[in-house]
Amino acid sequence: MRYADEFRDPAMARTLVGEIQRLAGPLARERARPLQVMEVCGGHTHTIFRYGLKAMLPEESIEFVHGPGCPVCVLPMGRVDDCVALAHDSRIIFATFGDAMRVPGSRGSLLQAKARGADVRMVYSPLDALQLARANPQREVVFFALGFETTMPSTALTVLQARREGIDNFSLFCNHITIIPTIKAILDSPELKLDGFLGPGHVSMVIGNRPYDFIARHYRRPIVVAGFEPLDVLQSLWMVIKQLAEGRCEVENQYKRIVPEDGNAQALAAVSEVFELREFFEWRGLGSIDHSGVRMRREFAPYDAERKFVLPNLTIADPKSCQCGEVLKGVIKPQQCKVFGTACTPERPLGALMVSSEGACAAYYQFGRIDMKQQRQASPLEA
Amino acid sequence: MAHGGGGRAMRALIESILLPAFDNPMLATLEDQARVSIAELAAHGDRLAFTTDTYVVTPIEFPGGDIGRLAVCGTVNDLAVCGARPLWLSCALVLEEGLEIATLSAVAQSMARTAREAGVCVVTGDTKVVERGAADRLFINTAGIGVVPAGVNIGATRAQPGDVVIVNGSLGDHGVAILLARNELALTAEVVSDCQPLYGLVAAMLEACPDLHCLRDATRGGVATVLNEFAACSRVGIRLRESSLPLNEIVRGGCEILGLDPLYLANEGKLVAIVPAAAARVTLAAMRSHPAGREAAIIGEVCAGPPGIVTLSTIIGGDRVVDMLSGEQLPRIC
Repeated sequence: MRYADEFRDPAMARTLVGEIQRLAGPLARERARPLQVMEVCGGHTHTIFRYGLKAMLPEESIEFVHGPGCPVCVLPMGRVDDCVALAHDSRIIFATFGDAMRVPGSRGSLLQAKARGADVRMVYSPLDALQLARANPQREVVFFALGFETTMPSTALTVLQARREGIDNFSLFCNHITIIPTIKAILDSPELKLDGFLGPGHVSMVIGNRPYDFIARHYRRPIVVAGFEPLDVLQSLWMVIKQLAEGRCEVENQYKRIVPEDGNAQALAAVSEVFELREFFEWRGLGSIDHSGVRMRREFAPYDAERKFVLPNLTIADPKSCQCGEVLKGVIKPQQCKVFGTACTPERPLGALMVSSEGACAAYYQFGRIDMKQQRQASPLEA
Repeated sequence: MAHGGGGRAMRALIESILLPAFDNPMLATLEDQARVSIAELAAHGDRLAFTTDTYVVTPIEFPGGDIGRLAVCGTVNDLAVCGARPLWLSCALVLEEGLEIATLSAVAQSMARTAREAGVCVVTGDTKVVERGAADRLFINTAGIGVVPAGVNIGATRAQPGDVVIVNGSLGDHGVAILLARNELALTAEVVSDCQPLYGLVAAMLEACPDLHCLRDATRGGVATVLNEFAACSRVGIRLRESSLPLNEIVRGGCEILGLDPLYLANEGKLVAIVPAAAARVTLAAMRSHPAGREAAIIGEVCAGPPGIVTLSTIIGGDRVVDMLSGEQLPRIC
C-alpha cells in the first residue's frame, strides 16, 4: 500500500531504535530513571500499542507517558448525562461518532440510552448529521461535537453550511476542547517529571507549530510534532532524545508532509467565526482547566443545543476508585490503578481511559497486559 | 397478512416458490418433519453433527452473495469444521409483511443453488410472516445435520506447542463487503464477500492430514476470536506474524481508512486450522490445490505460553497482544 508501507519499514525501525538506545542510555543513567516522553495525542498511543513499539525500546531508558489527547476519554460524566438527556427527548435525533457511544455517564452511556429507545444515530462526519436534519425536517437533529482542534473546522464548516441553507432543525452540543491550555496545566503540575513531548500531528495541521513555543522557551522541554505511522513515532522520539542529548529545547516538526508551520488559515478562520473560548471547561480526571474548551458564539445561538434545549448541566464527580487523572498526568501507569482490569474493563469501563481504543488503559488492557519482552525471550519466533 | 395465516395463501407461497427451488422428494411430501434413514447416516461415519444458526444480515443482497447463500454456507461450514459431511438442512423463514415476492424468490433460488454446490438438501422448513417493523425484510434460520467419519477428532482443546496456524485465504473480505454495501461511508470499492461452502476443502485437508488438531470457520469476531478460543481451550500461546497475514489490498486500504483490524473482521468462507508441524507442508499443498484454498497461508505457530494469549509480531518488528474483541466491530453482518 503506497504512502503507508514506506512508513512501516522494519530495517529502518531497527536503525532508529539503535540510535535511540545509544543516545537515551547515558541520559537515563545520569537521571537514574528512564526518560519520560509524553505522547500528547491518543492517535500516537494507538500507534505505539498497535505496532508494539514499546516492546522494541529499552525500558530502562525510555518510558512513554500517555497524554490527555483522547477527546472521548476526557469527557466528564456530567456532559455524557446531558447527551443522554438530549437523546431521550422524543423531538430529538441525537447524532454521534461511534466511539462516544460507550462512554459511561452517571446514568449509563448513549449505547444504553439507545437500547432503552432513545433515537441515537452513529455518524461518520458532521455532514452526515446535517444530512439527517435535511431528511427529517420534523425532528431536531443534535450533533455531539467533540474533539480537539482537529475536528473543530469540520464542525464549524457544517454549521456555516446549515446557516447558508437555512436548515433550522440542526444544532451542536459543543464539547470541543483545546490542547494548549491542557499541556500547560500538565506542565504546571507539581508531580511533573516529563523530559519531552511528541506533539499532536493532526491538531498541528490546523494550528501550526508556533503555539508550542512556550513549551520550549518557558518550560525548557523539547517537543517534536509527530506523524502517526510507526516510523513517524520512532523518528520523532529520536528527535526529542537528540535534543536532550545536545542540551537543546526546541519545537521541531517531524510531520512536515502534513503540518505547515502556520497551520491552516482557512480552517482557523472558520473555527473563530463559529466558536469562542469558554472561561473554563471540566476535564475528566484533570478537573477544571481555564480556557480549555470552546462554545458557539452568540450569533449562532439557533445552532447551539445548549441554548436551544434545557440540559441537566450537573457536575458529576468521577468514581472515587477511578485514577484516570493520575494516569493522564503520568504519575501512575494504567496497570497501577486500583481498579484496572478488575472493576474497570473495556466491557464495563468505569473510567474514561478504558473506553476508547485511544485511551491509555484500553490500549494497555488490549495490547499490553503481558510483558512482551519476557515472552520474546521465552519463545523466540523464527523469522 | 394472509400469507402468515397458515391457510391457502401460505400454501400457495410455499408451493409456488419454495418447493420448486429446493426440489427434493423428502420435502415434496409436505409432512411436518423430514424422515432420514439411520442406515444412510451410518454409511458416512459414526457420529452425528447437528448445528443451527440464524441469519439477519443487512443488506440482504451484497457483492458476492445474499442472505440465502449465507444461510446455507454458514450452517454447512459449522458442520464441516468438525470434519462432518453436511447432509441435510432445515430452513425457517421469518418474512416482514410487504417483502416483495421477487426478493423471496431470488433468495430461495440462491439457497437452492448454494445447497447443490455444498452437496446438501433442504428437507424441512417453516415460514412465518410478521407485521411490518417486527422484522427487517427477511430473517432465515437453518439447522444442519452431518456425519463425522470414524477416526476424525477435531477439537479446540487439541492445539499443541509446535503446531502451525493456517488460514485458507484473504481475511475480512465479507466484513468489508457488507460495510461498503450499506453505503453509509460514501466509499466505493470492489470487494466481494468470500461467502462459500467449505466442506470440499475440509475433506481435502483431512485427506492430507487425518490428525488435524483444531478447525473453525472465522465468522463474526474474525480470526483473532477463533485463535483466542483455541489458545484458551488448549492452554497454549499462539504467535502470529503480521507480515504473513493474507490480505486483499482493498480490504487493507479500507481497514486503514476506517480504523478496523482485519484480524477481527468477519469472514464467511475462511477457516483457521491448527495442524501438527510435520503435516504443515502437505496440508498447505492440499489446500492450495483446492479452489477454496488457493491463497492458503501459514500465519503463525502454537507455543507453550503464556497460556491463553495470542500475540502478533508486527510488521515493524514489535509485538502486541491480540485480545478478544470488546463489543462488536460492526452489527448484523451475518
